[in-house]
Amino acid sequence: MKWARTTAIVFLVAVSAACLLANVIAPASYAHQFREETNASPSRQHPLGTDDLGRDRFARVLYGTRVSLLLAPAAALLTSLLAAFVGGIAGFAGGRVERFVMAGTDLFLSLPWLFLLITVRALLPLNVSPIVSVLITFAMLGCLGWAGAARIICADARALAQSDFILLARASGSNGFRLLWHHLVPNLKPVLYAQFWISVPVFILTEANLGILGLGVAEPLPSWGSLLRELESFSTISGQAWQLVPLILFILVVSSFHLVLTKGELPV
Amino acid sequence: MQKGLAQPTIVWKLPAEDIDTLSALPKLAAKILVTVLIGGFLGATLVRLAPGFGVDEEELDARLSDRSIQALRETRANEPNLFVFYFRYLNRLAHGDLGTSRTLQRPVLQLIAERLPETLKSVALGLALGWSAGFLLAVAIVMSRAWLLDLLGSLLVGALLCLPAAVLALLFVLAQAPARLLLGLVVFPKIFRYSRNLLARSSALPHVLTARAKGLGNMRVLVWHILPTAAPQLLALLGVTVSVAFTAAIPMEALCDIPGIGQLAWKAALGRDVALLVNLTMVVTLVTLMANSASDLMGRTFRTSEA
Repeated sequence: MKWARTTAIVFLVAVSAACLLANVIAPASYAHQFREETNASPSRQHPLGTDDLGRDRFARVLYGTRVSLLLAPAAALLTSLLAAFVGGIAGFAGGRVERFVMAGTDLFLSLPWLFLLITVRALLPLNVSPIVSVLITFAMLGCLGWAGAARIICADARALAQSDFILLARASGSNGFRLLWHHLVPNLKPVLYAQFWISVPVFILTEANLGILGLGVAEPLPSWGSLLRELESFSTISGQAWQLVPLILFILVVSSFHLVLTKGELPV
Repeated sequence: MQKGLAQPTIVWKLPAEDIDTLSALPKLAAKILVTVLIGGFLGATLVRLAPGFGVDEEELDARLSDRSIQALRETRANEPNLFVFYFRYLNRLAHGDLGTSRTLQRPVLQLIAERLPETLKSVALGLALGWSAGFLLAVAIVMSRAWLLDLLGSLLVGALLCLPAAVLALLFVLAQAPARLLLGLVVFPKIFRYSRNLLARSSALPHVLTARAKGLGNMRVLVWHILPTAAPQLLALLGVTVSVAFTAAIPMEALCDIPGIGQLAWKAALGRDVALLVNLTMVVTLVTLMANSASDLMGRTFRTSEA
């Protein structure tokens, strides 16, 4: 399956490059309204037509993909760092510290994610700007998603802490932060890497769920959630197949993220 | 009964695995209680710190005099301390009072009692469908070792894993399909992928290979050698899938217009009704914890009896 992984990486790089160059590629800004051309069909000027507010759909797909592709990995990085901190310290310290931290992690895991997310989202002030709303949405995802990864990292850190080379490092006078930073963290890198790549599609999917429910990124800033929300206008879809392009791109991107991890790196 | 004869004493002796399970029950109950209490405290903290806390629509009532409005504010000003607020919340909870929904102007307990059965029905149906389809397909692939079936199954599951539950709900509405089946589609890929990997791993164990080499039939190998090895982990997955189904119930009920607690949570989120949301989160947490504990107990019983 090496070819599938390579294809997925190439595809992700191409999509990321297109999104980063959105300012150059897109025919207009994501918020610009062509008021005489609402719900227009694809044309040379608007490759994917326009939405019901006259905004260029191709531009919105590019900018929306950029939002998700930049911020989902950022949230995944935050989650991985939090999980490494909590799980690493718990596994390394062991004993009561580990039991206490893991009890907290269990509590966090018991809370239903989406319920918690929409609760926190409902607490936010109403007058936040779209940029702040998108940052808050992904920051929330990053802050709430660490518990599962922390358990795995804790188990790995515990096994490492009891291994021979750590014992040797301790005997050589290495302790505390030095032991953690120079010996434990480098050996936890593969697990952290796997957790990072697992978290990215999860966060993209969660943002899409929130966006479709109207609880994600605020308008007019596009995100995959708000783009997929257009599928609600069912009657038009039969005649406007190009409205499905965001969905197809979404599926391709998420499946590419799934393919990036090799079978050996995935948990059971 | 004849005098002088010793009465036979009947001693009810529970098997070792039952004793082990029973001894785990109080521990699990305590764990659930502590989790719910801490979760409740976190919830109460959220309500207390919410931007709209302390502001009541009653204050906008033109019929109320300044003194009445002042009296209303003073009532709420008596709850400045988070711990006092939480204690009062718990006290009300103990008396079956979960407060009143700000957006729907109805008691929260009444709303939950009305809508929880709908969601439970959808979740139960979804789990039954997802588990039957996912597990049976995994068994068929592992036992038949048909690469084409494996490829098709993996492609289907891969596509389903890439679709958010909300998109599936929209597609269900578009296709006018029965919405309750949706949770089955959400749970199915997770069950399939996990059980397929687990069964494949179990079927490669030396004792299973030996059994096959000795000429045991597929069904016997599955029932007597593969399933017992994989069962504890599969049972653990049962609890996880309950949580997955409840989470997916929000977009399903919101978009397919099913009056369950998922739709209630969505409406509460749009109306910023934090008190209702927190209570709903607590209820779902409780149900999830109970499902997890039940699957944990079943797994433990299974392991003990296996040993």
